Amino acid sequence: MQDHNKRFVERDRNWHPPAYAPGYKTSVPRSPQQALASMQQATASELTGPNFRHLRMGPHDNDLLLNFREDPTLAGAAGLPVGERIIMFGRVIDQFGKPVPHTLVEMWQANAGGRYRHRNDRYLAPLDPGFGGVGRTLTDEQGWYRFRTIKPGPYPWPNDPNSWRPSHIHVSVMGPSISTRLITQMYFEGDPLIPLCPIVNTIKDPAAVETMIGRLDMARSKPMDCLAYRFDLVVRGELQTFFENQ
Amino acid sequence: MKQPNSVPTSELMLRETASQTAGPYVHIGLALAAAGNPTRDEEIWNEMAKPGAEGELIEVVGTVIDGNGDLVRDAFLEAWQADANGVYQPEFDLKKPFNSFGRTATTFDHGSEWSLKTVKPGPVAHPSGQLMAPHINLAIFARGINIQLQTRLYFEDEAEANAACPVLSRIESPTRRQTLIAKREEADGKVRYRLDIRLQGEGETVFFDF
Repeated sequence: MQDHNKRFVERDRNWHPPAYAPGYKTSVPRSPQQALASMQQATASELTGPNFRHLRMGPHDNDLLLNFREDPTLAGAAGLPVGERIIMFGRVIDQFGKPVPHTLVEMWQANAGGRYRHRNDRYLAPLDPGFGGVGRTLTDEQGWYRFRTIKPGPYPWPNDPNSWRPSHIHVSVMGPSISTRLITQMYFEGDPLIPLCPIVNTIKDPAAVETMIGRLDMARSKPMDCLAYRFDLVVRGELQTFFENQ
Repeated sequence: MKQPNSVPTSELMLRETASQTAGPYVHIGLALAAAGNPTRDEEIWNEMAKPGAEGELIEVVGTVIDGNGDLVRDAFLEAWQADANGVYQPEFDLKKPFNSFGRTATTFDHGSEWSLKTVKPGPVAHPSGQLMAPHINLAIFARGINIQLQTRLYFEDEAEANAACPVLSRIESPTRRQTLIAKREEADGKVRYRLDIRLQGEGETVFFDF
């Protein structure tokens, strides 16, 4: 079976955040105490994964400026969300630099005031009737994806007495198998809240934090319309196996 | 010195983008109905098998429990399993009666159970040539989980296959193997399997690295 001819570069779990990171308080009761059971050899169960080429997308699934209208009577400019209009784009590649085409990239975020459209979010900043905060798309042949949205605001959360999340967009990517499955967050270049954030600081290596920062890209911005941020995603590298079981 | 056709070494490799928790509002992005928000025409959700799918229709349910014994009411889970013949179906298509991939979640409603409507998977070959016992791969994401936890769900009524499974039997502690085995229930003439996932402490679920 062809899937037995590949494997993925081992995940560096010192690069990723550890399960137990006490500065992020919720990780304390939600982290396993036992060691992970390492599979010496991944099987078809881990080396395969879904592809979403046949998932029927709506025309505005990747355009958060247009894909939500709480009040259907709102139309045109009156229905546009409030906030900094931005394009978020980038490329999904693997650790060998190989593009990952036709893979599902999903994102969700708060509005410009830092409020999520979720019943548990009781922050006093108001909801935006023109903004839902969810997007999805498939990468193209070369691994590129793009969204149009508004820049989310920071918001307070009950961790330390005065913890604030930096502006961030949650990003989910599948890649070629469930082994490459990754959920991360894109932060914005230059945000002074980044080094203060207990969730960012679950990561020990500053170089790993750099992989999560979206960069202002003036060349891809649209004059008199919106700015652009580039965020490339790197998923585990795919290898062919040699001399397996021979 | 770089050889023209050398296998890339780690210095030449890019680093994987670092993981972050899915946070408390993962449902608005990946489980829209569970968040109580409007859904799109097609969503990736928990009905992996519809009536007419080949195999035995089952429901798989459970809770997620933290190290204090409290329910985790904001978890998001992804499932990946073979079809009834032990074959993975990578093409996700809601028009098909069965998809190998599904998503579910726990919320502040409904006793905070996650649930998947699926078929019982067939056995899949291990690279050694042996058969693995029927199983569903599960990934757990939530606030407080910095990188997803990967586990497998096995079935109580497959005791013989479970005993012979080259993955399950490789887990050193036989006691801990039991944390992966879902209990069979029959309710309203339907077959249901239950697996509570314990993130930490007594009865802690086995999580895999692969």
